[in-house]
Amino acid sequence: MRDLPIALKFSDVSFSYPHLDVLSDVTFHFHSGEFIALVGPNGSGKTTLLKLILGLEEPKSGTIKLLGHPPKRSRSLIGYVPQHASYDPSFPISVGEVVRMGMVETKKRYHTNQGEAVLKALTQVEMENLVDRPYSELSGGQRRRVLVARALVGEPAMLVLDEPTANMDRESERRLYNTLSTLKGETTILIVTHDMRQVSALVDRVFCIDSLNERTGTRTVIQHPLEEVDDGTKRVLHEQAIPADQCWQEVRHG
Amino acid sequence: MGDLATFFSALVSPDFPFVRNAFFAGALSSILFGLLGSVVTVKRIASLAGAISHAVLGGIGIALYLSATGKVPNLPPMVGAIIFALLSALLIGTASLKSKQREDTVIQAIWAIGMSIGVLFMAKTPGYSDPSSYLFGNILLISSQDLWMLLALDIIVIILIWRYYEQIEATSFDEEFAQVRGIPTRVVFLVILAVTAIAVVLLQTFVGIVMVIAMLTLPAGTAGFGAKSLAAMMVASTIYSFIFSTVGLAAGWVFDAPVGAMVVVTAGLFYLGRLLANALKKRRRRA
Repeated sequence: MRDLPIALKFSDVSFSYPHLDVLSDVTFHFHSGEFIALVGPNGSGKTTLLKLILGLEEPKSGTIKLLGHPPKRSRSLIGYVPQHASYDPSFPISVGEVVRMGMVETKKRYHTNQGEAVLKALTQVEMENLVDRPYSELSGGQRRRVLVARALVGEPAMLVLDEPTANMDRESERRLYNTLSTLKGETTILIVTHDMRQVSALVDRVFCIDSLNERTGTRTVIQHPLEEVDDGTKRVLHEQAIPADQCWQEVRHG
Repeated sequence: MGDLATFFSALVSPDFPFVRNAFFAGALSSILFGLLGSVVTVKRIASLAGAISHAVLGGIGIALYLSATGKVPNLPPMVGAIIFALLSALLIGTASLKSKQREDTVIQAIWAIGMSIGVLFMAKTPGYSDPSSYLFGNILLISSQDLWMLLALDIIVIILIWRYYEQIEATSFDEEFAQVRGIPTRVVFLVILAVTAIAVVLLQTFVGIVMVIAMLTLPAGTAGFGAKSLAAMMVASTIYSFIFSTVGLAAGWVFDAPVGAMVVVTAGLFYLGRLLANALKKRRRRA
């Protein structure tokens, strides 16, 4: 895995909002093709970390390299699946159009042959028969899968999913992980979730936003080992910590 | 007061150029109301457009004062209106981007201060100037020059929307995602506000400042009930705007009533009718 290029690298990153320090000394990296989970309780700074990865916020100090470049330069290579909690149900838009949005660029207009790519992405999430359906008529779980298709349509180098299974029914969750399992190994996948105890069996490594440091008032990122559980998930062993910058092979072989 | 037949004969008669101009103004405004109204509606910035349209009165008041007192002779009120519209768009846009939690206060402040400045300067302007004539407008006073300006703005807006439709749709639907895709969402937002501000200035001569907002939201809101896409909403909204303005103009002629108010009452009743029909349809589907 160490031979594969580094997909994301945080080096001594600190971040503060005005009057509020959030993160400090964040150093971790993962490689292309890995399936990573980033966990942390609500309010711990997961969204802030995600914004830093996507180049929506700038670190106070330290550097972030996404696919070898600063996030603002390389973020268009990311397939981003937001929570999209503030979605407006009266927005007139079809499923196909939402997916096509994944190919939008700053200056160019859509090409006519992008319909095929849209259909392919919808097939990946098992929703190809709903291409003309109004987006507002879908269930919450179906909408989330459409957003996954939107992220996939541009054939991204890395997929970032923010709380992908929040408010999702069991069937949609099963289908989502089914889709992700077909992508595992080919596409780098980063899942951000507040579920601290267990993660999908697909996950290779887990990073956790650490508990609040009383002295600095900030948090950092640490790594925990995973243990396979009979129900097909992996348990996060919070009692053991691994340096966050230690990568897959080093973790496995010491 | 006339009947519908005399309205149609006035429309084609060379003796009533103001009726024909009003009709064309309605048609040309419909494109702006339809296109920009749809964007304003899906971006949920009607209150921002409302504040800009009212703040414009401040610019009109100052321009009238400067012109009437000879400080800046022959300064057209529209120049003051455009300057105030752009300034308030910039202030509101910046407040919206930088300090979301204070956006509401800034909107109300600009709304109130703009209008008050207008009233104050009009009160000190020699001669008679009535703020309400700017608030409610008079479509029958539209000149050929106004029509050309409306046509020019129509063309600019059509080109901008045709060229940047995908980017506008993406920023309106999911701003954060659009930003990750590299679209300069702040620039798109400020350009939309600035173009809306300029359109508001031109359109306020058609239905008046107060009613511009109604026409920016009601036809688009009506179109939104059945539209499957933003583009379909824009087309339907333009058609609705044209129907409302023509019906309003005809009703104004027939009942000898202010046309601007007639247009908005027509649009408002139609919107409420669609809202009711939609609610009944949903209820029936649930039953």
